[in-house]
Amino acid sequence: MSPASDSYLERAPLELRDWLVQFLPEPLQWLAHHLITVVAVLAVFGTFFAFTTIAERKLLARLQNRLGPNRSGLPWIKGLKLWGLTQPFADAVKTLTKEDIVPATADKWLHFLAPVIVVAFSLMTFAVLPFGRNMIPVELNAALLYFFAAGAATELAIFMAGWSSRNKYSLLAAMRALAQLISYELPLILSVVPIVLVAGTLSTKAIVLTQGYWTSGFLPHWFVFTPWGLAGFLIFIVAALAESNRSPFDLPEAESELIAGHLTEYSGFKYALFFMAEYFGLTALSALGVTLFLGGWQAPCVFLEFIPSYLWFMLKLIGMIVFFIWVRGTLLRLRIDQLTRLAWKFLVPLALLNVGNAAFWVLSAHWAGPLQLVRWAVSFAVIVIPFVIMGRSLTAGFAPRTYRYAS
Amino acid sequence: MTTALILIAILLLGSAAAAMLRRNLIHSALLLIASWAGVAAFYLWAGAEFVAFAQVLIYVGAISMVVLFAVLLTRQNPVAELPAEPASRMRALTGITVAVCTAAILSAAILSSKFTPAADTAPQTSVKQIGLELMHRHGTALLIVGVILTVALLGATILAATDAKEKPEDRP
Repeated sequence: MSPASDSYLERAPLELRDWLVQFLPEPLQWLAHHLITVVAVLAVFGTFFAFTTIAERKLLARLQNRLGPNRSGLPWIKGLKLWGLTQPFADAVKTLTKEDIVPATADKWLHFLAPVIVVAFSLMTFAVLPFGRNMIPVELNAALLYFFAAGAATELAIFMAGWSSRNKYSLLAAMRALAQLISYELPLILSVVPIVLVAGTLSTKAIVLTQGYWTSGFLPHWFVFTPWGLAGFLIFIVAALAESNRSPFDLPEAESELIAGHLTEYSGFKYALFFMAEYFGLTALSALGVTLFLGGWQAPCVFLEFIPSYLWFMLKLIGMIVFFIWVRGTLLRLRIDQLTRLAWKFLVPLALLNVGNAAFWVLSAHWAGPLQLVRWAVSFAVIVIPFVIMGRSLTAGFAPRTYRYAS
Repeated sequence: MTTALILIAILLLGSAAAAMLRRNLIHSALLLIASWAGVAAFYLWAGAEFVAFAQVLIYVGAISMVVLFAVLLTRQNPVAELPAEPASRMRALTGITVAVCTAAILSAAILSSKFTPAADTAPQTSVKQIGLELMHRHGTALLIVGVILTVALLGATILAATDAKEKPEDRP
């Protein structure tokens, strides 16, 4: 390993933890070790969540030619506004002190349990993400499988919320959510399979380590810079957007049609929990995308390795989140039939082809010289040609759109 | 370790029993899912990481959705209003016969199977080993299972497909 791996900044968080742990008696050390990790993850990603909301509001505002929240400052200093950066804390106080309304006919227990489950499971996914060199809360052999297993339970919570509210809109939204999440689980997992195939492991830590090489010092060997990796990354992004219920796939909570869907009957703290879980889910999926495709905590160039690995991770994560906000500000919402058609007729076949593509990549690993060019060309062709053909045939006859009743 | 097992067993059996006792079908379905999660917890307790995660992913994540969909699409009212017939001798007899037959078959199967004593220490199996084993030795079985599932999926699609006439405003 390069000298960067044991620079002071790199080791600081871990050494701080070990230093704190050693004050405790021997039998408690194990517990304290894990508790500190949990608290650190909660604190960092809790703050990250708060600032994601303000970043989202501000960026969306700029995309729509508005200013966004810019008034809240610090309560004890007059005139200091900090560009409205303290807005999320004001929002937090507001939602926490709001009245909690439970509909009279609602299923009280499920209505209460749904937000708890959704937050618990979306937080559980953070356990296997490597945030930096040697910084991973739990090292699991089957980490990827764990991630998707923990993520699967959030769908159940959305259903519980929709059904227990005893509200038409909520139930419709719950059904939509189920259809959508089932549809997109498949391309999401299939887009990750090539990584497992090439890296030969399900452990997130090992996957990051396989991407930690550079060609002549500045061309990183991240998986996104291979034909199958790029295709997988794009499929992953689309599926991740759908899985985290974000625009253009925010059908379950479409404000204009379903009045916020499964959230209609939630208020106050419970609503805040759902909101939080949504952002946690988005952050976790973005972090997984960074880990699998964008080299995780690896620096893009060798000479940039002096910046600690966890900062690189956060930088990439912020990049992904900003991209998602940008997408939200740009694209229109899909209709439910378009949504399922996109998943089943386009993304799933492409993802399956991409798995074959990765298998070819593994089998041709020993090709050298001019054969290397052939390898890249074949890998590109395998994914681009079906993309063009399928895209053309699926949209054939649908454009230009004719309006029978309008105009 | 034993306390953990007892807790898991209580969760598993308790939620399964509650699922049968509830009149509300959605509650039953959710409790059934809880008992599946209990099975996953048991696998984790036994050290079978891979099977536990697969259990959660497949049962809690996917099959639960199918169950809930089925319940929601077939039931008009959430609370089942089965006519409570007066208990007849005939019904009791059929119930007991079915129970005895099932118990007989199950216990015969359990008694006839030979359990080789396990090693004192659990063998260290990684996910990679499981995968290699599946693909090498049990490759054919895996393929056959895949083909059967695909056929079932195609059959379901054909059964569900209807030739509805496409209205022009339905086009994307």
